[in-house]
Amino acid sequence: MSRLAAARVAVTAIALAAATVAVFLAPRWDKVGDIKGAQMGVYFIALLGLNIVTGYTGQISLGHGAFMAVGGYTTAILVADHGVRDLWTIPIAGLVAGIAGFLVGVPALRLSGLYLALVTFGLAVAMPDILSWDKLERVTHGGKEVQLFGKPALTGKGFADVSILGQTVTFTRAVHYLTWAVALVLLVVAWLLLRGPPGRAFRAVRDSEVAATSSGVNIAAYKTFAFAISAAYAGIAGSLLVIAVAFADPQAFPAKLSLTLLVGVVVAGLGSLWGVLAGAAFIEFLPDAAVHVSKAQGVPDTVYGAALILIVLVLPTGVAGGLRRALTPLTTRLYTRS
Amino acid sequence: MVQFAQQVVSGLASGSIYAALALAIVIIYRSTGVVNFAQGEMATFTTFIAWTLVDHGVGYWPAFALTLLIAFAGGVALERIVVRPVEGGPVLTIVILTIGLFIMLGGLSNWIWKAEVRSFPPNRPFPTSTWDIGGVAISKQDVGILGVTLGLVLLLYLLFQHTKIGLALRASALNPAASRLVGIRVGWMLALGWGLAAAIGAIAGMFTAAASPPLDPNMMRPVLIYAFAAAVVGGLTSPVGAVLGGLTIGVSLNLIATYDSHLHLDLDRMRLPIALGAILIVLLVRPAGLFGRAAVRRV
Amino acid sequence: MAALLELGGVDANYGQLQVLHGVSLSVGEGEVVAVLGGNGAGKTTTLRAVSGMVSTSGDVRFAGERITRASPERVARLGVAHVPEGRGIFSELSVFENLQLGAYLRRDGFGEDYERVRGYFPWLETRRDQQAGTLSGGEQQMLALARALMAGPRLLLLDEPSLGLAPIVVRGLFEIVVELNEKEGLAVLVVEQNAKLALRSSSRAYVLEVGRVALEGPSAELAENESVRKAYLGY
Repeated sequence: MSRLAAARVAVTAIALAAATVAVFLAPRWDKVGDIKGAQMGVYFIALLGLNIVTGYTGQISLGHGAFMAVGGYTTAILVADHGVRDLWTIPIAGLVAGIAGFLVGVPALRLSGLYLALVTFGLAVAMPDILSWDKLERVTHGGKEVQLFGKPALTGKGFADVSILGQTVTFTRAVHYLTWAVALVLLVVAWLLLRGPPGRAFRAVRDSEVAATSSGVNIAAYKTFAFAISAAYAGIAGSLLVIAVAFADPQAFPAKLSLTLLVGVVVAGLGSLWGVLAGAAFIEFLPDAAVHVSKAQGVPDTVYGAALILIVLVLPTGVAGGLRRALTPLTTRLYTRS
Repeated sequence: MVQFAQQVVSGLASGSIYAALALAIVIIYRSTGVVNFAQGEMATFTTFIAWTLVDHGVGYWPAFALTLLIAFAGGVALERIVVRPVEGGPVLTIVILTIGLFIMLGGLSNWIWKAEVRSFPPNRPFPTSTWDIGGVAISKQDVGILGVTLGLVLLLYLLFQHTKIGLALRASALNPAASRLVGIRVGWMLALGWGLAAAIGAIAGMFTAAASPPLDPNMMRPVLIYAFAAAVVGGLTSPVGAVLGGLTIGVSLNLIATYDSHLHLDLDRMRLPIALGAILIVLLVRPAGLFGRAAVRRV
Repeated sequence: MAALLELGGVDANYGQLQVLHGVSLSVGEGEVVAVLGGNGAGKTTTLRAVSGMVSTSGDVRFAGERITRASPERVARLGVAHVPEGRGIFSELSVFENLQLGAYLRRDGFGEDYERVRGYFPWLETRRDQQAGTLSGGEQQMLALARALMAGPRLLLLDEPSLGLAPIVVRGLFEIVVELNEKEGLAVLVVEQNAKLALRSSSRAYVLEVGRVALEGPSAELAENESVRKAYLGY
């Protein structure tokens, strides 16, 4: 086995092991664990969306945290200021973020890969400032925290127990279930979408725009559609995040969030749906695992960055691709007659 | 009027820092076609190294010079080890790689140096006192930073346009295959580009630390965006454009914030979004920027 | 006469695709040798194999030194100038800068090289600041040739110089190549689809088919050869 192949297998194995350990070790099913599990679900949904626009359609977005912010703030303002029931705000957040995604997707048509990366990067860095802008106070509280805790529109007001299907669970547990239920639904939607004509169109756009056009694919429509739907996913993720932690403020959606999402989608393997689970686990639980190495600040980032670099160099198709490659000889042997 | 002049001068100084970082970005882009998202974090990291040297008793200017060498070597090493394997590959891959560097170096800076308060010794690199010219207080530091940046631009111009190695650098960026056939070691040219850019970035970092103490691991993040804006406005392939773009942005942001009192738009805290807006508008309307070259080819 | 360039049993591939199968040929000092063949025969790949631009195995020797998997830079340093398909000029740079780059490996004597080259292409001086990409096809080809000459090479590799050019321009180009060979003793390996011109300008030739040497011999004889005439000369 060549050295590169061996390195690939090793990295895949380590990544999978890390993800498994993280998922089973970290959440101890107390309130903190519930929230962490919910956050992983939030990342999962956001990564599904990012994968659609970057992995499948090939448009780099370094600013998806901004769409999470749009969705998150939609929920926050509706719940805190307008008394809308939190559950109903989830699809609304998705819609609003989706529209924002469309609005970004239109000018994005004219920006090639590198320029798009630049612009979305700028969006991610500038978002906290935009959220703090006094002129947007009615929509963002101008940078001051939007507090949901205790508001009647929040299920259980954020601290009371909730009853689901006759069972009584803590608020945090309910949030955990809610997030993963939504995640499952969105996974199925994504799967159906990508399996059908839109998915093929996305991939055609990514692989060769010239070929796609001559096959009759409306590039512009599919590119903006990809942006819109991925933004909607991110918006829903943001909304669930805000519900889980019961507040929103500009620092909850910093530039780092967008970059962390990128790490997640690359670790997962661009263009792979179920790799996204490993990616979400990786970005959610890495900081906890890193604490064992050193309590210093900056350790998780160092590992995130190193992971990104390593994967690009050694395992470009991420965990999912690595697994596929590692297992292919096995399945080939099983299903072919020598 | 006095305030206008002062805002312009201080805008030119902060603009010089954006210009310096933008220069680094343009050099790497011209020589490798890659936008190095990690340019700012590389600058931060090397500035912290400088601080560590000074902290251990090395004089400021020797430390400055040594840091430039270290930065140069670091840039060359990064290109040869980390970037080379993916050069010529898809844009997305390289973007992800430099983002990875961005994240990792940022984490390393935080990890190694933690978030303590640090500054360079006072009056370094330039005295912080001011000259009084016609009622306008002009900071010697601002002038010094502007002067060094302009000198740097001149040096680079001479290097690229009037030396053999500068020509080889340009050629390697434009047509690597033909460059090889002419005998140019293209790989090392690319590494040289990264080394130069890293050294220039280090200068930007040192100036940032001087202009807005204390030293902070996140100090170059906004500067990076302003530098991107400068590079884009000036034209990603134009060093002159990068510098003019930087100065323009520095002055504009200052003036906008100052005269915002008439507009009541609270724009002082919206500098980053404004820079982002500038990037977006230029890329949509005139991607080559003011001085960038839209390639002319005879079919 | 020792062979300046020797290929012995050379295979070349692009990834999984093998394009050359055991190609053997040689170019002596001061010789002009032509390589003919149809599209996809492997002519361009043969030149690339010499320059180290394609994955190669077998024996490639220049002036006795083995260069089978040497990098293009190294091959250039040994005195081989390759004018690739599509000319390989720097379109965004000026004519003069292109020539300067041609002389990249020369330590000194740029002035002499420049004078010499100007002798063959006098118009270069008047257009020295013009952007190379704005030259006509024929002018670009001549610039590419001039650039190769600036390196003072011992062997010139010419890839399909006639591609996309008007016949009269092509004739002029080949006249210059022959003159260079006669006056300066420059060895030339030229790959051409225009068989008539190539055979007239060379002393020996090889015919490649599907990556193999199908025929070889003195150009005059090949020009009379029945199958060559039918396949490549049209009569």
